[in-house]
Amino acid sequence: MTVHPLRLRGARDARQPLRVRANTTLAASGFILPNLVMLGLFTLFPLVYAFVISFQNLDSLGWITWAGFGNYVTMVTDPVFWQSMANTGVFTLCTVPVGMALGLAIAVLLNGVLPGRTLFRSIIFLPLVVSGVATGVLGAWMFDQNNGFIDKMLQAIGLPAVDWQSNGAWALTSIILVTLWQRVGFDMLIYLAGLQGVDAGVQEAARVDGASGWQSFRYITLPLLGPSTFFLLIMNLIYSFQVFDTVWAMTRGGPGYSTTTIVSYAYRLAFDESGPSLLGYGAAVGVAIYLITLAITAVQWRLNIRREHAEQGV
Amino acid sequence: MSSLTDVFEVGSGLPEVARTPRGPKRKHGRLLWLRLTVAIVITVVMAFPLYWMLLTAFSTRADLYAPGLHLWPRHLTIDNFVAPFQAFPVWRWFGNSLFITVMTTIITVICNLLAGYAFAKLRFRGRNALFLVLLSTMMIPPQAIIVPQFKLSVGLGLYGSLWSVILPESAVIFGVFLARQFFIAIPDELVEAARVDGAGQFRAFRSVVLPLCKPLLAVLILLTFMGEWNAFGWPLVALSGNQNQFTLPIGIVADLQGQYTSNYGAIMAINLLMILPIVILFVAFQKYFVEGLARSGLK
Repeated sequence: MTVHPLRLRGARDARQPLRVRANTTLAASGFILPNLVMLGLFTLFPLVYAFVISFQNLDSLGWITWAGFGNYVTMVTDPVFWQSMANTGVFTLCTVPVGMALGLAIAVLLNGVLPGRTLFRSIIFLPLVVSGVATGVLGAWMFDQNNGFIDKMLQAIGLPAVDWQSNGAWALTSIILVTLWQRVGFDMLIYLAGLQGVDAGVQEAARVDGASGWQSFRYITLPLLGPSTFFLLIMNLIYSFQVFDTVWAMTRGGPGYSTTTIVSYAYRLAFDESGPSLLGYGAAVGVAIYLITLAITAVQWRLNIRREHAEQGV
Repeated sequence: MSSLTDVFEVGSGLPEVARTPRGPKRKHGRLLWLRLTVAIVITVVMAFPLYWMLLTAFSTRADLYAPGLHLWPRHLTIDNFVAPFQAFPVWRWFGNSLFITVMTTIITVICNLLAGYAFAKLRFRGRNALFLVLLSTMMIPPQAIIVPQFKLSVGLGLYGSLWSVILPESAVIFGVFLARQFFIAIPDELVEAARVDGAGQFRAFRSVVLPLCKPLLAVLILLTFMGEWNAFGWPLVALSGNQNQFTLPIGIVADLQGQYTSNYGAIMAINLLMILPIVILFVAFQKYFVEGLARSGLK
C-alpha cells in the first residue's frame, strides 16, 4: 500500500483566530481519540512489549528471568528456525510469481470480448472470499492420501498415487497449490482493474504499425501495468511471508517440521509446543518476523521511488 | 476510479466489440472459441474444489470411502450436518462468531469513520505526523505482537471472555485510510455551511457528512465483517482452552478436525456452514467488495 502525498494546509491554519484553532484541536482529539487509544493499547504498546519479552525467559513456575540475547542466540542456532525460514522462502518463491503470472494471464483472457466473462470472473474470484481456514480444511480433504480427490483422480488417469501427507516435500507442494487456488483471483482482479486503465487505442495503433499480439503485450501493455504488478508483488510477498491459517488447518506444520512456516513456528513455540514456557523465545521469533517485514517494506519504498523517477523520466 | 465498479459488470460486451481490430472473420471466430474453451476449463478447475466440498457435505460415509472416482452424488444425506451438531456446540460457535464479528465491526467502523473524518477535514497541529505514525502500524505483522497481546489480555482481565478477541481486533488503521480518502473528496464548503448555521463539529459530521457516506460505510462494514468472520490467528490464542467460547474457524480446527479425523463429510458440512454467510454476502454486495479491494490496491 503506497502512502498518498499528504495535503499540507499549514497556510490556512495561520489565518484562523487562535480560539477557533484551539476549538478545532479539541474537537479533533475527540474524533481521533477512540482510534488512537485502541491502536496505542493493542498495537503500539504490544510492539514495544514484544521487544522486552524477547529478552526474557519465563520458567515453569511463571517466574520471569532476564535472558539477555539468549533467545536470539537460541534462534540463530536453532535448526528448526532455519528450516521454517527455508520453508517460508520456498513457499513465497513458488506462490508469488506463479500466482501473479496466472492472474495476469487470466485477466488478459477475460478482459477481451468473451460471452459470460462476468460469470467467469466472479467464480475465479470466489475462493478469495473463502477463509484461509476453510481453504486449509478443504485442502486437507482434497489432498488426503487415502481417499482424497486428487489421488483418486491421478489413479483414474493411470498415474501413481502421491504421498501428499507423509512426504514433506509433497505436503509443501499441496499447500502451495491450495494457496494458488485461493489467491489467483485477487491477482486477476487487480490486473483487470489495471488493464481497464490501458488505452486500447495505443495497442491498436501498434497493431496497425505491424506489431504482433505478443509484441504489443510485451512492450505496451506490460509496462503500463507496472503499478498493478508492483502493488501485487508487495501484497503477495507480505501475505506469503506471514501465511498461517491455511498451513495450520491443512497440515499443522507437519509431517515433522516440513511445512512449518516462520509464523506457525512462532505460534508453536509460544502456545503449542511446551505450554507458555517458551513465550520469550516465541516473542523473539515474532520480533524477527517484524524486522523482516520492515526490510521488505523498506525495499518497497526504495523501488517505488526509483520507479516513480523512471516514469517521470519518460 | 469509478470505472472499477464495472470490473464485474453484467455482460455489456457491445462497446468492446466495436473496439476489437477487424481481422479475417474466420480467424477471429476460431480464436474466440479457443479463448472461450480455455476460460471454461480454468473456471471449472477453480470452481471444482467448492463443488467437491458441497458434494462431500451431502454424501454418505460409505460413498466417500468407496474405491474409485465418483464425480456426482450417489446417495444424498444430511447426516453430516446432524452428527456434529449433536457432538459439538456448533450453534454456540456460530453465535460466538456472530457476536465477535458484529461487535468488532461496530467498534472498528465507528473509530475509523471518526478518525478518518478528523484527518481529512479538521485542521490541527501535528495532523500529518500523527497520521503517518498511525499508518505505520499497518506494517506490524499481527503475529509479531501475539505474545505481548496475550500477556496484555491476561493483565487486563480480558482473557477468558470474548472481549479478548473483540478489542484487539478492533485496533486497525486500514479503515481510517479508506475513510480519509473518501472524506477528502467531500467539499469543505458543505461542512463550513453547516458550521456557519451553528452546528458543532460532531453535529456537522453526523447530520451533513455522514448521510453522504453510504458507499464508504458499505465498503468498511463489508471488509471488516468479512475479515473478522474469517479471523483465525489471534482468536486461536485468545480463546484457547474453552470450547464454549470458540468461533467457527477455531471450533473446526481445534475440535472438529481433531476428533473427527477421518470424518470428512461432517467437517465439510460445518465448513460449508462457515463459508456460506460470507459467500452470500459477497454475491449480494459484489460491487462494493470489488470496488473496495481494487481501490485499496491501485492507489
